[in-house]
Amino acid sequence: MVATATIPETLQFAVRSPQSGVAVECRGVTKQFGTGDTKVMALRGVDMTAAYGEMTLLVGPSGCGKTTLISVICGLLDATEGTVVVLDEELTAMGGRGKTAFRRTNVGFVFQQYNLLPALTAAENAAVPLIVAGWPRVKAVNRANEVLDAVGLADKLRTYPDQLSGGQQQRVAIARALVHEPRLLVCDEPTAALDARSGQTVMELLKDIGRRPDRAVIIVTHDNRVFRFGDRIVTMSDGRIESVEENNAT
Amino acid sequence: MIWIALKMLTGDRAKYLGIIFGVGFASLLISHQVSIFVSIMGRTTHLVKNIQEGEVWVMDPNVRQVDEVIGLADDDLHRVRGVEGVAWAVKLYRGNVRARLAEGNDDGARGDFRGVILLGLDDSTLVGAPRKMLLGSVEDLNRPDAVIIDEAGYHYLFPGQPHRLGQVVEMTDKRAEIVGICEVGQPFQSQPIFYTKYARALEYSPPERRLLSYIVVEPEPGVSPKELCDRITYETGLQARTREEFKWMTIDFYLKNTGIPFNFGITVTIGFIVGVAIAGQTFYLFTIENLKQFGALKAMGTSNRRIVGMILVQAILVGLIGYGLGVGGTALFFELTQTSIPLKGFHMVWQVMGGTAVVVGFIVVLASLLSIRKVLVLEPAVVFR
Repeated sequence: MVATATIPETLQFAVRSPQSGVAVECRGVTKQFGTGDTKVMALRGVDMTAAYGEMTLLVGPSGCGKTTLISVICGLLDATEGTVVVLDEELTAMGGRGKTAFRRTNVGFVFQQYNLLPALTAAENAAVPLIVAGWPRVKAVNRANEVLDAVGLADKLRTYPDQLSGGQQQRVAIARALVHEPRLLVCDEPTAALDARSGQTVMELLKDIGRRPDRAVIIVTHDNRVFRFGDRIVTMSDGRIESVEENNAT
Repeated sequence: MIWIALKMLTGDRAKYLGIIFGVGFASLLISHQVSIFVSIMGRTTHLVKNIQEGEVWVMDPNVRQVDEVIGLADDDLHRVRGVEGVAWAVKLYRGNVRARLAEGNDDGARGDFRGVILLGLDDSTLVGAPRKMLLGSVEDLNRPDAVIIDEAGYHYLFPGQPHRLGQVVEMTDKRAEIVGICEVGQPFQSQPIFYTKYARALEYSPPERRLLSYIVVEPEPGVSPKELCDRITYETGLQARTREEFKWMTIDFYLKNTGIPFNFGITVTIGFIVGVAIAGQTFYLFTIENLKQFGALKAMGTSNRRIVGMILVQAILVGLIGYGLGVGGTALFFELTQTSIPLKGFHMVWQVMGGTAVVVGFIVVLASLLSIRKVLVLEPAVVFR
């Protein structure tokens, strides 16, 4: 069974007080790929904010710059121009090592294709961010077991990814994204590879377990079935923010 | 992170075994072929190795290797003995003669001729006599017509026959009776070796004006072999070499004047290329297939340094296993062929093991370099594509 009703006790971490209500702030962010004839402007002066305790959905047609924007926000890509402040730290002023360390501590990732390591069990996969952070293996796996229990996979701890369904694999990926208690959770099309029911389960998990007062959740999606889960829906088009809607229904 | 690297590697069993096979095959081919080459080169110096007494060898100035005998004058022995620092000096005959099987062998080869190496030892001291006798004794050389034959030579002349003394052969129409069978290092040409006394050896050899092949010399205590060589050369005009110098002079001759190193070199090169090709390609494919996983690890905050460490750990593991299997296979080969007469004395020396380790290390470094480069330039944002 998937735990969706309340946040399990094991995941009720001490909530850190954010210094401001804004977790992510982008100002005039541009991103250019290539030069000359092959130049592509993926982002054209993006201004955007994401608040703590909120689930922000980035929506828009393919190629509009959603993925580029979250890549810049979590320090995987450098912005060509503009400033990006995430969790009160200016990413655009950081070097490569600083960004790597920042991601290691502060960012949890959920990918469209899960990107689980096929040779590791579910528990070992979920423990990877802790291993990367230097935790001892046994302690990390024990902690991952608790998080997997919280996402309803207590009976799949020693199961390998290829023995899991798509929905179960995405739940392992969510456990992996949350295991090190990041303050920014970034999800790229988390429901795209799933059927409607599994997609619903995954979104409920992200909303119930992923969303916390000291954490911002940004989800890239073009699956309109999941729009209702977002607190704020940011629509992008051709590298620009087209509209921002608050969703009070959640 | 190391266990993640190892689980990633061993999780893809087909590629994991493929890389190990590549490295193992290269390691086997290289260590085996180099060992055979080294052993063959060792055989070229059999005479110097088998005659363990005397640190200095004196010969004609034109001699270039052990088996290239140019006769000395008999009075050269006295001139050498007269050099200061010589403790003793004795004559040694080494010649190639034809032995006629007087009694025939199991193939019914009575009357057949076989080329043999004949060694004539100093009549009174028997310096250079074989140390390990399987049948008979060195003292039996004092009997009339007595010769001692090496074990491999015995099986070459009398295939399938048990060791038996009293067999008779003829050399230059003179009777020779086998009074002993010894175990000595094998010669390069795999010919039987006959030991006899110097005077008798001259009777067995075709008549020539100068029959003294070498003078084996022992320096007096406190005189270094090298120093004595210089003195002998200076005072007699003869070529004098220390035991080690003579060995390396011979090996050098074979290296420069035969195609042996070239042929073995080709095989070793093939082993190296196959190792790099199989291990490198498979390792590269393995990395390419795991590129998204490496990208995910980078996205999650794994530094390039740790990613490189992971790849190196994977490479080192397959390198160690492949090396162990390859060198182990070579060691097993020599263990199993220890009793084989043609391969007698062939073995793997530690230098070959060390050299193979270096080459295997080079192979895995080459194999992993491409993969490392691929991962280092990988944008972690690839995980979102």
